[in-house]
Amino acid sequence: MTDTRKPSELRGLVGSRTRTLLAPRVTGQVRYTDDIHLPRMLWGRIVRSPHPHARIVRIDATRALAKPGVIAVITGKDMPERFGIIPWTPDEYPLALERARFIGDAVAAVAATDERIAHEAAELVDVEYEVLPAATDLQTAIDKPEVGLGKGGKDNVSKEVDLAFGDVDAALAESDVVITGDYYYEGSAHVPIETHCAIANLDKNGLLTVWSTTQVPHYLHRELSRVLRVSPTRIRVIQPPVGGAFGGKSEPFSLEFCAAKLAMITGRPVKFLYTREEEFYAHRGRHPMQIHMKVGAKRDGKLTSVDARTFIDGGAYSSFGLVTTYYSGQLLTLPAFADTYRFRSTRLFTNKPPCGPKRGHGSVQPRFAFEVSLDKISRALGIDPIELRRKNLVPPNTTTLNGLRVTSNGIEQCLDAVEKASGWKERFGKLPKGRGLGVATSAYISGTNYAIYPNAMPQSAVQLKVDRSGVVTVFSGQSEIGQGCDLMLAVLVADELGLDLGSVRVVSGDTDLTPVDLGAYSSRGTFMNGNACLMAAREIKSKLVAAVAEKLDVDPRSVLVTRGALVVVHDPSRGVPVTEAIQLAEAKFGTLGAVGHYNTPKLGGDYRGGTIGASPAYSFTAHVAEVSVDARSGIVRVEKIWVAHDCGKALCPVIVEGQMEGSAYMGAAEALLEEHVIGPDGLHKGPNLLDYRIPTSLDVPDLHALIVESEDQEGPLGAKESGEGPLHPSIPAIANAIFDAASVRIDRLPFSPARVLAALRKKQADEQAAAVESSLGGFAPRRGAAPPNPPAAE
Amino acid sequence: MLPLPVFDHHKPRTLPEAIDLLARLGDKAVVIAGGTDVLPNMKQGLATPEHVVSIAGIEELRGISLVREGDDDKLVLGAGARLAEIESSILVRRIAPALAEAAGQVGGPHHRAMGTLGGNICLDTRCRYYNQTYFWRKSLGFCLKKDGTVCHVVRGGSRCVAAASNDTAPALIALEADIHLLGPRGARIVTAHDFYVADGVKNTVLEPGELVVRVSITRRPARRSSFEKLRRRNAIDFPLLSIAVRLDVSGVETTRVDGADVVVSALGARPRRVRAASKIRPGTPFDVAARELAEGAYAECKPLPNVDDDTEWRREMVPALVERAVTRLEG
Repeated sequence: MTDTRKPSELRGLVGSRTRTLLAPRVTGQVRYTDDIHLPRMLWGRIVRSPHPHARIVRIDATRALAKPGVIAVITGKDMPERFGIIPWTPDEYPLALERARFIGDAVAAVAATDERIAHEAAELVDVEYEVLPAATDLQTAIDKPEVGLGKGGKDNVSKEVDLAFGDVDAALAESDVVITGDYYYEGSAHVPIETHCAIANLDKNGLLTVWSTTQVPHYLHRELSRVLRVSPTRIRVIQPPVGGAFGGKSEPFSLEFCAAKLAMITGRPVKFLYTREEEFYAHRGRHPMQIHMKVGAKRDGKLTSVDARTFIDGGAYSSFGLVTTYYSGQLLTLPAFADTYRFRSTRLFTNKPPCGPKRGHGSVQPRFAFEVSLDKISRALGIDPIELRRKNLVPPNTTTLNGLRVTSNGIEQCLDAVEKASGWKERFGKLPKGRGLGVATSAYISGTNYAIYPNAMPQSAVQLKVDRSGVVTVFSGQSEIGQGCDLMLAVLVADELGLDLGSVRVVSGDTDLTPVDLGAYSSRGTFMNGNACLMAAREIKSKLVAAVAEKLDVDPRSVLVTRGALVVVHDPSRGVPVTEAIQLAEAKFGTLGAVGHYNTPKLGGDYRGGTIGASPAYSFTAHVAEVSVDARSGIVRVEKIWVAHDCGKALCPVIVEGQMEGSAYMGAAEALLEEHVIGPDGLHKGPNLLDYRIPTSLDVPDLHALIVESEDQEGPLGAKESGEGPLHPSIPAIANAIFDAASVRIDRLPFSPARVLAALRKKQADEQAAAVESSLGGFAPRRGAAPPNPPAAE
Repeated sequence: MLPLPVFDHHKPRTLPEAIDLLARLGDKAVVIAGGTDVLPNMKQGLATPEHVVSIAGIEELRGISLVREGDDDKLVLGAGARLAEIESSILVRRIAPALAEAAGQVGGPHHRAMGTLGGNICLDTRCRYYNQTYFWRKSLGFCLKKDGTVCHVVRGGSRCVAAASNDTAPALIALEADIHLLGPRGARIVTAHDFYVADGVKNTVLEPGELVVRVSITRRPARRSSFEKLRRRNAIDFPLLSIAVRLDVSGVETTRVDGADVVVSALGARPRRVRAASKIRPGTPFDVAARELAEGAYAECKPLPNVDDDTEWRREMVPALVERAVTRLEG
């Protein structure tokens, strides 16, 4: 960093509570992909498999093509090229070529003159299937390798990771307490309010333009080129503002290829808009995970070892599964951890909608298991759960046992903040029956140095155009998906150059106009894109300063950029308005423009997979949740969540708080309501917003966002991520609060009233049985002979 | 998004015009008022009418009023009264609180702004295997209620057990409401209890071309009523159970119950009147009545796996909700 000011000394837009640029978002003025209507545009509709696993024998489009208004029908044979977001595991076709692998798998596509005709025509495409044995749950996939969903058809395995750090068995044997638990996460969907949409148009110059609700325009550009066998120089991907993504739009989908192919065949623009049901089939939601975890500790609370065996239900395709499998173990070693660690994770294919990355990719489920284990340890040892975590924190500026480089680390301040705000010391364990508090912590990446496809080029880049009117335009490859990256860039540029926000334009997400950025995933935007932007802005700034120094005949080092003007630092009455400074610089240097880029330093452990999860900086979070548990109904209500999050530096605090609240809310929804259930017949339990319940405004807890700033040395002005990290502790904090309120452990998600009530009843029955036994104590000789309870019993 | 099928839209201005039109169109027509039930069902291919007859423009179906009839005051609600109007009407809240509470818990604010009382009374029964898209139902192999021959709720069942899911129905039954119908063969009045039958395919006695035009409830000062709904979210959801309780109390003495009615719905196709309620003896203390009604309801009501969520839990919640509904009426 060349800037010598401490971030806390900044007195500009950075850190201010501005909401400028967000107004079109919240007043209905933003134009989304589905708002685009082109002349002569056709509507597409995908024909989907009604069977969980079937061989496609024959597809006959005669009846569909005979219907008035139907222009074209395509099948897998029209695009016989595999794709996949991870270059090592391409296993999807835009339309299934030989086999459909889940109910809802795409097998053909229709283009017609309007949306209704397209839907009706899709029903007229006759597909003959040979139904095959299916595995519609994790256990069947484990038990019946002959279903053959894996590569080569020998088994159903998608990916296996087996890593060990230190002597786990010895550490467990030397532990004073070992907590063993089985945890299950059912899986959940992203449910963006905007469903997937894509439009393609081939113009008479041979340029194929694809508008898409993607969060990875660059990868889409590459994959369109590969699958369609069209040069990337003939393809332009435009990503209009996206209405929610959460990871569910971070890879190419059938509709983009089908829209492009049908546009090429028909010579007319083609639009596809997924229905809500199709959104659930496209899925890529959070994986169901079955986790068997042991955590050991010494009597003083020092953690000795973590040993995890995890089975991951991947659904029909690989998606990001290779990364998911690593993340299910690699991201657990912060912020509080043990000295030894072993995890073995196996991702299996099933005949279900494919799972992928959802906000907190791969790490939310094991975080639940681990943080609940810590709570059990704290109970077994009689140590306050916040203290237990404090005893085991990984310090700043160190390396974790799995080789993650840790720089800034504000977890202690996060714990202090939630402890104080929640009144933890006065209230934990002292609330009336039915009311409880729970704590959990987590850490998350700010992007990774793993660039999906190996290359030496920058991960993020920005170009600046400086207009002599005083307008500065930022061209950024980042994807604005509602997370606020456009505003973040505008704030950085405005502050560097002394502009007001109204003078900064941000153009993002267009492969023709903007330099490559890898996309809006793995919480990389602020860190990587922000740094790239600062590099470009500072180049312009140095030119403005040089031009002003020349004009005022002072040393450039004495020129200070303030809001609206560049002034002489020891004589602020002398200065030049910023627009004039731009004109002076343009006269002196010629047309003004600059580029900036960012690439990660070399990071990660020196072993296979050691770079996956290696990030230039980690964010840290602590939650305290307060819940009430109704003993009569089993209904859990999350009353409040205090969220403290170390985001390094809050460039736009309004957005950071929004991300913290949105994350905590999403986690709470997964804890109590959301479950992506596929029945034994392979059918989604209810692919609609009545059956898949996302919270209404009446179901959202009070959320208290507490920003912690650790000022990261490598982050842009000290900033790190805030979009995904704050989700992780939600589920375990709520689980731990339920235990505090009602003394029951629910180790399976979601914490539905039926499940909670059953646990409460069982506890009551057990207690009654124990009471009867103890009242008979004097007459029951076996009681005296029984061995004392081991300390780990729970 | 899911497109609506093509249909002709009619908007009669008077009741006779509507009745004539419906008689002429026969089973090719469906009636629409607020559209909150009909339109999603049409999008899912559950109904594919050639004609849609909107009764939203018929002035005679509007309004909520108190009418003197002989010695009685009657609360009269037009079938076209919006659920939001009913929820906030002082008259309804005073005379028939269970109905106001039920109307106030239908769907979300937008549904209640559009949805009507008549529409809710005639709401199609619901089932987890029925209220799905055509593609989904095709993948399932369809069901007894629509396009198929098997029941997925009751294996081997030959009678549809889709759940009555209208929140106002149990309230109207408990309040002994009369439902006024008008059809090609004239007008008739059916009690709310007799309006529903135990057939999930069509659970009302409504004849072809017949319309619900209004509802009347006799005002009885010694009556109290309340409504409870079981759902996972605090808005939007259809009921996992809905329970209406009516208690008759004598004079100003409100610690004792002289008579009661308890109606439980979202069990099967027809709302169930709990028999134990008719056995409450005059002068029963509130807490005793609460217990007897809860126990009676628990013994008589067995939810089916026709709607989402754990069936055993839903059953356990029957007495809890009855007790809460009764207790709220004390004092």
